[in-house]
Amino acid sequence: MSRTLYDLVGLAAGVAFILALKGLSHPKTARRGNLIGAFGATLATLVVFFYANPGSSLPLNNLGWILGAMVVGLLVGVPAARKVQMTQMPQLVALFNGVGGGAAALVAIVEYLHLGAEATTAEVVFTVFTVIVGCVSFSGSIITFLKLQELMTTRPVIFPAGRFIIAATLVSVIGVGGWVVSSLGTTPLLVLAGLSLLFGVLFVLPVGGADVPIVISLLNAFTGLTVAASGYVLDSVLLIIAGTLVGASGTILTRKMAEAMGRSLFGTLFGAFTAKPQDTSGSAEERPVRSGSPDDVAILLNYARRVVIVPGFGLAVAQAQHTVRELADMLIAKGIDVAYGIHPVAGRMPGHMNVLLAEANVPYEQLAEMDEVNPTFGQTDVAIVIGANDVVNPAAQTSPGCPIYGMPILEVNQAANIIFLKRSMRPGFAGIENELLYDPKTMLLFGDAKASLTKVVSALKAL
Amino acid sequence: MEPMAIVSIFVLAVFVGFEVVSKVSSTLHTPLMSGANAIHGVILVGAIIVADHSSTNLELGLAVAAIVLATINMVGGFVVTDRMLEMFKGNKK
Repeated sequence: MSRTLYDLVGLAAGVAFILALKGLSHPKTARRGNLIGAFGATLATLVVFFYANPGSSLPLNNLGWILGAMVVGLLVGVPAARKVQMTQMPQLVALFNGVGGGAAALVAIVEYLHLGAEATTAEVVFTVFTVIVGCVSFSGSIITFLKLQELMTTRPVIFPAGRFIIAATLVSVIGVGGWVVSSLGTTPLLVLAGLSLLFGVLFVLPVGGADVPIVISLLNAFTGLTVAASGYVLDSVLLIIAGTLVGASGTILTRKMAEAMGRSLFGTLFGAFTAKPQDTSGSAEERPVRSGSPDDVAILLNYARRVVIVPGFGLAVAQAQHTVRELADMLIAKGIDVAYGIHPVAGRMPGHMNVLLAEANVPYEQLAEMDEVNPTFGQTDVAIVIGANDVVNPAAQTSPGCPIYGMPILEVNQAANIIFLKRSMRPGFAGIENELLYDPKTMLLFGDAKASLTKVVSALKAL
Repeated sequence: MEPMAIVSIFVLAVFVGFEVVSKVSSTLHTPLMSGANAIHGVILVGAIIVADHSSTNLELGLAVAAIVLATINMVGGFVVTDRMLEMFKGNKK
């Protein structure tokens, strides 16, 4: 295959990626967009096997190893993507992003070893960039995975002198990067990779649970840029186009997510260092709460005119989507006005809750976004908060210095009655006490969301 | 390749990247992130190229690892995105 044909196919794949991102931005075309992207990626991968690189010949060297490695990747990736519960999908995306960053770093290291002293300064600079950012993306994504999977604490991890350690690590990463460029040795490059991995860990540890999705999106954009830099070193226009597209669109997406949470990107990444220590002493003492029975809840709902359901991650964990839909259908049959109030970051990622409710076939018209539903809470008789906490916490509006301060919330505190379905008094993902739980118009129904809802449904039937 | 050509491609791709996602609704943030994530799995192409010209066992070993990781990123990313979007389609009925 000639170089021209090879480049043309690469260009076609690049166009496919543009169409894919464009399609993914609109609900009607999203699925087709993703398939176009997959088609472009397949095309780009196949064509590599039919083009002999300068100084090489077909079939590719190490063909057995290449195909074997791809089979292993398929055997790991496809079942993981097929079987993952929708509730755990954000951490899977984080992992996929991390391995992509790791792959880019490895490619850069191999190319560096291969070129040796023949590498131009520009190539070494791009290699250094790819190794640093790829390693940060890899180790940072692993930490976000551990946080989302709750294998480690979801609260910001802050250690004494943390900001100095992070700054010192960053300075040494840049210093060693300069060393690699000037000395062209293998040892400095490995030191660089190690330090970058450490920096990725330190960079993500102080980020609080609720901000993790923003960090995943940022690391995703980073990985895109490493792919673009690899494209320069490997002389591949396709990699430059694809990587830059992901880097640019990922940056915009990160900003949009941060906006949806009402915070600046800077505040998200470095907020943990400037936030005042939380007052946790008061929360340890027992304070009276009003807890109710499923019958109390059923009666309250039966005589309501308007009910707003606020679903959170707890609903998804309990797999209660179908039960909540059953409850909503019953209320609608009684002539009650029912809406779902969806916070943009309900669940673990922006838009995650929409995916989960779509899984339970909740009609799209009943899903109301925050801006639509907030003005209606004043006329709402009952707001049912199911497994959500941070997204309705008034502290976001009233208490400067708390980690979620400034995040727009669903103003359920305006409703006449509030029902919280909770497993326990444990605070939400962000680890902040919710004053609303102690409000006199709040009723708590403790227990597994699905079991509680099932009891409410049967109590309603009995009425 | 000409440095100027590379800079031009880079700058134009940045603007295209900004433009194509500028109007996305928050509902689609997660699938879009996941789809973009799958696209950078195309680093697989780079991994195959370096595996082709690996001359030592160390280079080949690292390149093979890169291929495994990149394949997981690319294929897993597209499959999980499709699963998410399949559900969106279901609720349009």
